[in-house]
Amino acid sequence: MANDKTLNVEVWRGAEDGRFESFEVPARDSQTVLDVVSHIQRHLDETLTYRFACRVGMCGSCAMTVNGRPRWTCRTHVSRVARNGRLTIAPLRNLPVIKDLACDMTPFFDKWQQARAVFDPSTTRDDPVAAITPDSPKRREASAAIECINCAVCYAACDSVTWNPDYLGPAALNRAWTLVNDQRDADQRARRAAIMSDAGCGNCHSHQSCTELCPNELNPTRSIAGLKRLAMKNLFGGEPS
Amino acid sequence: MTGRAYALQRLSALVLIPLALIHLGLTLYAFHDGLTAAEILSRTRGSMFWGLFYSLFILAIGLHGTIGLQTILRESLKLSRKAAGMAAGIAGLLLIIAGLYAVAAVLLP
Repeated sequence: MANDKTLNVEVWRGAEDGRFESFEVPARDSQTVLDVVSHIQRHLDETLTYRFACRVGMCGSCAMTVNGRPRWTCRTHVSRVARNGRLTIAPLRNLPVIKDLACDMTPFFDKWQQARAVFDPSTTRDDPVAAITPDSPKRREASAAIECINCAVCYAACDSVTWNPDYLGPAALNRAWTLVNDQRDADQRARRAAIMSDAGCGNCHSHQSCTELCPNELNPTRSIAGLKRLAMKNLFGGEPS
Repeated sequence: MTGRAYALQRLSALVLIPLALIHLGLTLYAFHDGLTAAEILSRTRGSMFWGLFYSLFILAIGLHGTIGLQTILRESLKLSRKAAGMAAGIAGLLLIIAGLYAVAAVLLP
């Protein structure tokens, strides 16, 4: 992209009842959407509120809605998403807006707890380490679903969450799936109850927006499909293994 | 939707797929061959097979429709779980009653 060009950027200002405000930002080579937001905050309007930390796609704190789709802004190049030099940047969907581009992530993390998407150890540090071979089927299932950075892009992309705000959402259920496959975990019964609850895996419509937009190329839809298979096994009285 | 409701929805769909295809094929066959109502009734009345076939069909529709309608009412009209469950339950019950009444009409002499 030529350096002498200008980007026309619409940025959400205010809380839920806010509005878009226009800015002109110089276009640069290899420019990310986070670069654009930072330029506005540092040079055009210091009152702009947004959230970021690592800038290298590890911390999961800079996700925003860019031209209608949730993205991790630090690793999203403007050249890939701008349409005719225009960008529209808004806070993530499905979460309360605090101010401008910063969302309240509390409901998102509360649902991780609600889904029992946390490891509950069955042994202490004094016990021998569990021997789990890398090629065991359960380890493979878990390995395919780890590396989530909690950015909430999948949660914002999910129509099922929009339609049913109680739904636990793709991130929490994806993490729960990794723990369902973790033989060291001691809390499977409570987790199973959470997964099969009215807020659980049955709400997923398999639209696969989470999978399409996950910046780490995870497949939460596949993980939730695994949980749905457990629901079928439960119906026939089978204990999920 | 609970995991159990999801599983019942999927199970009823699995039952409905072959039954709906057979029903459609049967309808096309009956109309294509120009069977009269009297000819159709002569084949269905007293038939244990068609009685069981269509009773299962109606029950699967009732179950599938009730769960699906409850989800639509909750997600699209924002009804509470209880209100959507009651509305969908009444609709499903009426559907099953009307369906079994129709089955009885073509089966009983």
